[in-house]
Amino acid sequence: MRFYEFESKQILAKAGIPLPKSHFCKTPDQAAAAAFEVGGPVVIKSQVLSGGRMKAGGVKFADSPGEAAEHARAILALPISNLMPVGVLVEEKRAVAQEYYAAVTWDGRAKKAVIIFSDMGGIDIEEVAEKHPEHLSRTHFSANRPFSDYIAKTAVAGVGVTGNDLTALTRIVGGLARVFLDRDMTLAEINPIGKLDDGSIIALDAHMDIESEAARNHLALLKELGVGPEEKRQARPPTQFEIDAEQVDSADPRGVAGNLTEFDGNLGLIIGAGGGSLTLFDAVRAAGGKPANYCEIGGNPSVSKAANLTKLICRQPGVEKIAVMMNVVSNTRVDIVARGVVKGCIEAGFDPAEKIAIFRIPGSWEDEGFAILKKYGVPYVDRSVSMDEAARLAVENTKKKA
Amino acid sequence: MSILVDKDTTFIIQGITGREAVTMARECLDYGAKLLGGVTPGRKGREVHGLPVEDTVRAFTDRTRVDAAVVSVPPAGAADAVFEAIDAGIPLIVCVTERIPRKQVAQFVEYAAQKGTRIIGPNCLGVISPGKTRVGGIGGAAESTRRAFMPGRIGVMSRSGGMTVEIANSLSEAGLGVSTAVSIGGDAIIGSTYAELMPLFDADPQTEGIAIYSEPGGRAEYELADYMARSGSKKPIVAFMAGRFMDEMPGMRFGHAGTIVEGRADTTASKIANLTAAGIIVAEKIGDIPRLLSERLGK
Repeated sequence: MRFYEFESKQILAKAGIPLPKSHFCKTPDQAAAAAFEVGGPVVIKSQVLSGGRMKAGGVKFADSPGEAAEHARAILALPISNLMPVGVLVEEKRAVAQEYYAAVTWDGRAKKAVIIFSDMGGIDIEEVAEKHPEHLSRTHFSANRPFSDYIAKTAVAGVGVTGNDLTALTRIVGGLARVFLDRDMTLAEINPIGKLDDGSIIALDAHMDIESEAARNHLALLKELGVGPEEKRQARPPTQFEIDAEQVDSADPRGVAGNLTEFDGNLGLIIGAGGGSLTLFDAVRAAGGKPANYCEIGGNPSVSKAANLTKLICRQPGVEKIAVMMNVVSNTRVDIVARGVVKGCIEAGFDPAEKIAIFRIPGSWEDEGFAILKKYGVPYVDRSVSMDEAARLAVENTKKKA
Repeated sequence: MSILVDKDTTFIIQGITGREAVTMARECLDYGAKLLGGVTPGRKGREVHGLPVEDTVRAFTDRTRVDAAVVSVPPAGAADAVFEAIDAGIPLIVCVTERIPRKQVAQFVEYAAQKGTRIIGPNCLGVISPGKTRVGGIGGAAESTRRAFMPGRIGVMSRSGGMTVEIANSLSEAGLGVSTAVSIGGDAIIGSTYAELMPLFDADPQTEGIAIYSEPGGRAEYELADYMARSGSKKPIVAFMAGRFMDEMPGMRFGHAGTIVEGRADTTASKIANLTAAGIIVAEKIGDIPRLLSERLGK
């Protein structure tokens, strides 16, 4: 779960990492008061879970409280990557002499945590890695021991930093690594870290992501930051269709029938499971089809759960047909899914034989499942037909209708 | 021959009294696997399908040889169960539990490496060598497992449990069959990657070719490409990359925990280019895998 900049900075402040003076504001009036309180020039930054804020006009500078209020008004009304900001951060503007980059994340290849550090902060770090590898260090460390500061020192010294800067940066990077481990994060990044004209070094912007699977272990922190227990914070806000699907899934603990993402096509998909959904979604697109949604079913959902998801998808405006497809299943029962989708179609007011473009779920209890489909005239194929061929048939069948 | 497991592999299930583990135990026994029993703290003296339940892993390892452990314990206790199995000296641990925070996975994976313990998973379905044994729930009921997994010539490695079965089934239908199939797990950090299992397949005379299922996220395919260049491995590999649509949607999470595009190298396009450069055949369609392998095997 991603944190906003102002939340990440609260976490950094608790870890003793130096920061510019700042205030989180939700209205232009609050922004003016904050600018007055800070005194002198300020920067007003959109609090939105998206990169590229500067380019999108979500970061502006002001010399007076009046100007700060004006900019805050504009930024608060400005969506970035289709996301509305939750507020603005009004922060003292500091003259920066040098920028650094520090991030801690997991390296699945080394299977360890890694500190990425650069003395070319403020720009795209992947570009630095490609074009200026000597300006970037990667330092792996074990999660089985308490964090030792020499590891942070190694990361900073790895790009040639020495003297007082090495000491100050070691403290910041070490603090960041401890926060990363203590808070079960998948990413803890400060970009840029700024060295000011007076030689002091502070964190200017921060980005943190706590692992969803571990969020339950950090409820006190989340509460302190004012993060609600249900907040998901995906890369974009959920649509009504997605929220409804989430309700179908959470209303019944048996199996999974959810993880739905809305797209704007005409072919509704009831597909599964994790890998099967990715494969089938690609296959539908490769066959020229336009999916109305991504979703995942599996783990043997009940008849009513499968029916409710089917009903929801069938009733979406623009959905002409639905395709019900999975890889060869072992735990999910074919007959239960078959019964569920047929029931869902009928309850939504459609003829399953017309509405279901294809049913391709081979595996356990398939004979019983196929018997149900036959009875209702639903087109189905068995395991001798590949997933991509089934997807092609679904697309063809949908076009025939249209 | 097979890799990781064979017909004599003895194993226990940690968390054996859980609903899914009870089913898994039934399916393993029906398949002829040498399941010894299982562990659930506080349940010593109970039985599951006539097999003993103990409080500790040591209760088994003190009296008999245990070649493997399946960890089917809820996320909050899964890492603890893995540490217990490592310290009891069990050489192969198959962790099927989903949703273990990656810090804990990194911790037990690092400890296992120091102790010389092999970990498969987490978030996987297990390992099967068709006709010999299966360690884990892979394939489901014994009868459907026999149908989808015919003994044969192809090794399978997959980040998705369900797609392990799908690919094995297509290889069986095509008459190629499977030597050993490993559901390696869908998380960002896993115990055994493609590149780490390849030497075992390379050394296995039964395995003539390898089928791989992969997804966006992570760098495991680069590690595999490096292995191919370094080792001079000659066995043909056909890989399939799912989730091509995700290249257009960085930051969105679909499928497994490890499946998220966070950097340029995580995209399918980048991975496909890298695999192809390493001499690995990338199948455009999932259904093409058996044909592409048959062509390379020339029989």
